[in-house]
Amino acid sequence: MDQSLRELYQEVILDHSRHPRHFGALDNATHKADGHNPLCGDRVTVMLALDEAGRVADIKFQGKGCAISQASASLMTDMLAGKTVAEAEKLMDGFLHLVKGEDAPGLSADDREHLDVMSGLSEFPMRVKCATLAWHTFKNAVEEGEVVKESAA
Amino acid sequence: MTASAKIVPAFDVEAVRADFPILSRQVYGKALVYLDSGASAQKPRAVLDAMTRFAETDYANVHRGVHYLSAAATDAYEAARRTVQKFLHAAREDEIVFTKGGTEAINLVSYGFLAPRVQPGDEIVLSVMEHHSNIVPWHFLRERHGAVLRWVDVRDDGSLDIEALDALIGPKTRLVAITHMSNVLGTVTPLKDIVARAHAKGVPVLADGCQGAVHEIVDVQALDIDFYALTGHKIYGPTGIGALYAKRTHLKAMWPFNGGGEMIREVTRDLVTYADPPARFEAGTPPIIESVGLAAAMDYLMGQDRAAVKAHEQDLLVYARERLKDFNWLRVIGDAPGKGAIISFEAEGMHAHDLATILDREGVAVRAGHHCAQPLMERFGVASTSRASFALYNDRTDVDALVAALAKAREILG
Repeated sequence: MDQSLRELYQEVILDHSRHPRHFGALDNATHKADGHNPLCGDRVTVMLALDEAGRVADIKFQGKGCAISQASASLMTDMLAGKTVAEAEKLMDGFLHLVKGEDAPGLSADDREHLDVMSGLSEFPMRVKCATLAWHTFKNAVEEGEVVKESAA
Repeated sequence: MTASAKIVPAFDVEAVRADFPILSRQVYGKALVYLDSGASAQKPRAVLDAMTRFAETDYANVHRGVHYLSAAATDAYEAARRTVQKFLHAAREDEIVFTKGGTEAINLVSYGFLAPRVQPGDEIVLSVMEHHSNIVPWHFLRERHGAVLRWVDVRDDGSLDIEALDALIGPKTRLVAITHMSNVLGTVTPLKDIVARAHAKGVPVLADGCQGAVHEIVDVQALDIDFYALTGHKIYGPTGIGALYAKRTHLKAMWPFNGGGEMIREVTRDLVTYADPPARFEAGTPPIIESVGLAAAMDYLMGQDRAAVKAHEQDLLVYARERLKDFNWLRVIGDAPGKGAIISFEAEGMHAHDLATILDREGVAVRAGHHCAQPLMERFGVASTSRASFALYNDRTDVDALVAALAKAREILG
């Protein structure tokens, strides 16, 4: 069996895709965005609640897609919970380098260890977009997806 | 064994395979199993050689120079038009317009034929199994002219409900736009019947022949069809060229599409008059080398016993269906009687892209995704499917490789 396939579809990835963490709706979301990959029809919605300190107090996602996109979204939500937006963006930058097989000097050793399960993607350039969809959607949510609450008055 | 017992095979797939240089290459150290001809077909050496030879010996621009090569190139280009005419059994060569592909051919009908005459509320009838090339040009008319799109459904087996189609054709219908063969389901539509029913109500018919022209013998006169669009690269020819067949009366009534050189009679500061069809619709320098390649591809196909080719492709379809029956986790979408050699499927617990990635590493090329047919995906409640599409150069070994690769995918993902 092709070793790179084994690495891509390793147990951790399959587990994340079959039992995604943070899957579902987030009622108290302050930010929300929909992501769509028109090439394959994959869709993801990322919802998060930022606290007053600008930290991701809670984050969830919903959607349908391939094992890579689901696992990536699950892993992302796992890692982003509790992070500030600035920290999250730094992490995303590192992730985008990592999946393309490039150096990611900005990543801490701990984050690198977490994200390492996705590094097999560098052998599959056609699939990088599947993995980055959730992250781009997260960024969209933070930048443009503020949820406007209806006034109580 | 006596000489009289020798059986001459009706279709020699080994000889055909030898005509296609790319089939001898490997991917990831494995023999290439190309099951994506529905997206684009591979090219026989005859096509590649014809294009090279033409470029090396006879190439120049067409219809404008007086020099030797310009005449030679013009002859080749117009000879290619006659080859397309022959391939489609058209009555006249000037009913063939070269386009850059099937998409442009359909857009030309939308813009040139329908846009000038469509009124708000006028209807265009199409099926849910159209691919986007035969949907979006009509959406343009909906957005810009207030046309209404009327959709005919397919049955659960993927076959077209001709009575339902007939019922949709009414006094406001301006066109029926329908595929000849679905790129996802493989369903072949009864064009002759569709045309007869539409014409009975005075409605013209366009067929999207991007898949159909490869697998079916097309006789536009026998069909009495108004428009037939095809693309070169799915028919073992080059990219960048396709053709529209249109009845002469329609072509004469159509607006020009692109404006530029070649398509005019006279241009002054105050006015312009247009060339007769088909030149009217071929503005600018056309795909000249590609026209030679397209003609070579059509000659290649017409040089085969088309009935034997079809029987061969059907054999692959039946064999594949039989082998895939072992996989109870696999759902085939589209089982219409008489369908062409295309198998789309959904695998339980496996997304089409994951599946295609694993198949790819086994050397098996399939298409995964929505196949530019999103309304159809919606109809069958799937986001995407995997599709194996067969061509005349595929054989049973290819099917075996597909089946083995699917078993591996199940092992990894299942």
